[in-house]
Amino acid sequence: MSEPVSLLIGLAMGLNLLALATSRMPSLIRIVAAQGVALGLVPVLMADQASWLAALVAAVTVLLKGIVIPNLLRRAMRAVKIDREIEPFIGFVPSLLLGAAGTIAAVGCTRLVPLLPEHAGTLLVPGALASVFTGFILLIGRVKAISQVCGYLILENGIYLFGLLLIRSTPLLVESGILLDLTVAVFVIGIIMDRIQRAFDSLDTRKLTVLRE
Amino acid sequence: MRGDLLIMVPLAGALVAAAWPSDRTRPWLLPAAGLVHTALALWLLARPPAVAPGAWLGFDPLARAVLPVVSLLFLVCAAYAVPYLRMRAERRNRVFVASLLAVLGLLSAAHQARHLGLLWVTTEALTIATVPLLHFNGTPRAFEATWKYLLIGGTGIALSLLGTFCMSYAYVCGGGGGDLAFATLMAHGPALSRPWVLMAWVLLLAGYGTKMGLAPMHTWKPDAYGEAPAIVGAVLAGCVTTVAFAAILRVRAVVAAAGAGAATDRTLLVIGLCSMAAAAVFLLGTRDFKRMLAYSSVEQMGVLACGAALGRAGVWAALFHVWSNSLTKGSLFLSSGTIRRAAGARTVDQVSGMQVVAPRSAAIFVAGLFAITACPPFGPFFSQLRVLRAAFETGHGAVAALFLACALFAFFGATRLVFAIVDGRPKAEARRAAGRPLESAGVVVPPLLLLGLSLWLGVATPEVLRQAWTAAVEQLSPAP
Amino acid sequence: MTTALATLLRLALWLLAAPLLPGVINRVKAWVGGRRGPPVLQLYYDLARLWDKGVVLSALASPGFVAGPAVAWVALLAAALLVPLGSAGAVVSFKGDVLLLVYLLAVARFCTTWAAMETGSSFEGMGAAREVSYAVLSEVALITAVVSMSVLSGSVTLSGMLAPSIGAGAALLAAGLFVVLLAENCRVPFDDPNTHLELTMVHEVMALDHGGPPLAVVLHGASMKLLLFAVLLSEAVLPIGQLPPLAGAAALAGAVLAVAAGVGLVESLSARLALRRVPLLLTTAFLLCLFALLLAWKGTAG
Repeated sequence: MSEPVSLLIGLAMGLNLLALATSRMPSLIRIVAAQGVALGLVPVLMADQASWLAALVAAVTVLLKGIVIPNLLRRAMRAVKIDREIEPFIGFVPSLLLGAAGTIAAVGCTRLVPLLPEHAGTLLVPGALASVFTGFILLIGRVKAISQVCGYLILENGIYLFGLLLIRSTPLLVESGILLDLTVAVFVIGIIMDRIQRAFDSLDTRKLTVLRE
Repeated sequence: MRGDLLIMVPLAGALVAAAWPSDRTRPWLLPAAGLVHTALALWLLARPPAVAPGAWLGFDPLARAVLPVVSLLFLVCAAYAVPYLRMRAERRNRVFVASLLAVLGLLSAAHQARHLGLLWVTTEALTIATVPLLHFNGTPRAFEATWKYLLIGGTGIALSLLGTFCMSYAYVCGGGGGDLAFATLMAHGPALSRPWVLMAWVLLLAGYGTKMGLAPMHTWKPDAYGEAPAIVGAVLAGCVTTVAFAAILRVRAVVAAAGAGAATDRTLLVIGLCSMAAAAVFLLGTRDFKRMLAYSSVEQMGVLACGAALGRAGVWAALFHVWSNSLTKGSLFLSSGTIRRAAGARTVDQVSGMQVVAPRSAAIFVAGLFAITACPPFGPFFSQLRVLRAAFETGHGAVAALFLACALFAFFGATRLVFAIVDGRPKAEARRAAGRPLESAGVVVPPLLLLGLSLWLGVATPEVLRQAWTAAVEQLSPAP
Repeated sequence: MTTALATLLRLALWLLAAPLLPGVINRVKAWVGGRRGPPVLQLYYDLARLWDKGVVLSALASPGFVAGPAVAWVALLAAALLVPLGSAGAVVSFKGDVLLLVYLLAVARFCTTWAAMETGSSFEGMGAAREVSYAVLSEVALITAVVSMSVLSGSVTLSGMLAPSIGAGAALLAAGLFVVLLAENCRVPFDDPNTHLELTMVHEVMALDHGGPPLAVVLHGASMKLLLFAVLLSEAVLPIGQLPPLAGAAALAGAVLAVAAGVGLVESLSARLALRRVPLLLTTAFLLCLFALLLAWKGTAG
């Protein structure tokens, strides 16, 4: 595995921790966009020979994750005029420490599973597991809907990274599957957020507590 | 006769519904497409087609065992939908009808999927397609339910995708090419790398279990079933859960072929019993009769999971239970919809005396309650009896005891609520509503029909069904 | 040259070079702000002026009020003797001297805090509490950085430890140590040295009641601490010990000035953090050093 790929994945893992520490939503959206762009470039660098198909898919991924989806989120953020996460369920310092512990555990656990020789020693599996864990922490620990959606996007990034392990055997299925998943999910999420905002006039999911026993 | 038609017809119907100009006549597309679909499904049940070995889609024995009940339930719900949408004429129904037809097409595709990746794509599309149905009522509570459904369902789907990748990597590590067709995976079972297979099993169980509504991933169910219209609840509880269950059965077959069958049985038993226990606890405390239906659904999913863990006889019993559960649940949901409209409210504080205001629906609701809590001679009694027998045969006596205890508590909880609603004097709100025509034939006949089918299934299970279930069990655990 | 003469020269270098750094920082801040700013040697003039002034001592304060700054200054000077200056090595070097360094810094902090609480004023007490609570987190980060360097080099003496490797680990270590430097020396974003509002002060408020020579001692001690951290940071990142003496000295001087300029830039370009967000930044510094440690550990293990 080449140096640039390890650097990109290491950067993505660092961005995970930054996402856990920040309370400002514009920064969170920018971090998720940067992570998407970084990971979108990885398959192009991993491929043995330059193929136009891989480049096209990478370009579409970068466009979607780096520009389209963050713009959707920014529009939702401006519509509700919320740009800060004030009191999350899991505080910023505990979630940062949890994320760091998760990253270290991910690196440790990777030693226990059998990997193909070309994948052993690379950061693909640790990066994937760390991103999935970080996505979970954001989904569970944050209160504002936009932060939860960013957590979902980071979770998707982790799964995409894991899918890159299979890029030689079933390349197109992996990439198109993830792209489809992402696009449709965010599209629908955007619509629902818009409706929720119109109904509740806020995106604080703590207000979504009418339904109970 | 091909299985693809089962997918094409509803999807074509969805496109037609999206383009159809008139709101008044559009609902008739639902029973029309449903009738064609059911006729096709019953024909294919009687004369199963040959399945091409390498195909990603095919009407294989498992699809033959489950898809017809999905089709039947959809047809009856579609018949209910016509008067329902006429009563709700103030809302535009283009998206509703188109989504419902798309859901039927995707259900057919998901049941016939013989490739793990395709199964995932169709389940994901199913999740997205049901979202517009959930917030048809347009209230803030409906949006809240939809948000929880999306978030929890979306996370479940993401976990299933990760599990799918793990399974493919297990194959790659075992020296294969990463192809995810179920037949290929089962044939290469022992070669799959064990740690990756176990990780794939956990993730796929978590992901598809969320879709089914097994505890502890069931928290979206009460809200979603409570706020959605009755038809949507019936379709979700009777059709969409079967897809997730069939997925778990297929994945379990692969993991068992890889040699880790005992681990899967243990996890399924634990999750199944947890779901039944959680449902029983919540049923004892709930005050809203539509949420009660959701908890009852969680309990039935627990029964299915237990059945799947109890060997070949258990899987046979679970398939029987899929049929009886879908039919009975459909009846319960449809009659509950009428009751809710009659009462104007959903909680036991505000609803009582339904036997006066809506006598026929109340009678069907009570009969359905007895059916679903395993009273003879309805279908669920016989299917749950078979699950218990499988438990004793495989030496899981403690499991059977816990099963019975949970079923008993669930019975207490449900009857307490239902009789509180049905007996007594009607509240003011309901008496006002009694003036309007509530119980036309269109809303009474469908749930009655479903209840009748459940009775027939229990008393005189057709031979063709028994044979279909045996063939499905044979496909899932081929005799060595 | 005899060792005594070398030691005296080294002491003189530390004493005389230290007040230069705050001047450089202020000059950089002024340049970013489009002003001319005070002369680089301003702190020297201030120290000379303060030394000639008289002192106002409270009759109720114990001798700790004056002894505190003095003992702190001596401790900092002793810590300075432990730090190796490139290939010239340290004056005193033995196994585990890095722990003595950390403890001497702690002693200096303790004495300054004691002197602050001696005044009996609530402002100084507030500053003392803040300073000590920052120290809890920043010392963890510092010790993690020290352990990381020790694991990488396999030695527990300062002279052996400061032989860095290049790579991601060095970058993480540099970032972590830089944040620790900002925290320990009361720079933005932890504390604004130019603020005149007592409620926002952390370190400056501890010296609020000192005047004349004690204040000069406090200011000089603070500049010595800054020089110490800058030298540590430079030597942890650049392989100064492997260069020939003259080149090494030039490189060290250049690196220290670069660190001072960096501090000035950070002070000009970022704002002070709200107090409740400081633990987050210090935890980040700790995690940066922790990851440097893990990279070093993984590097030596396999």
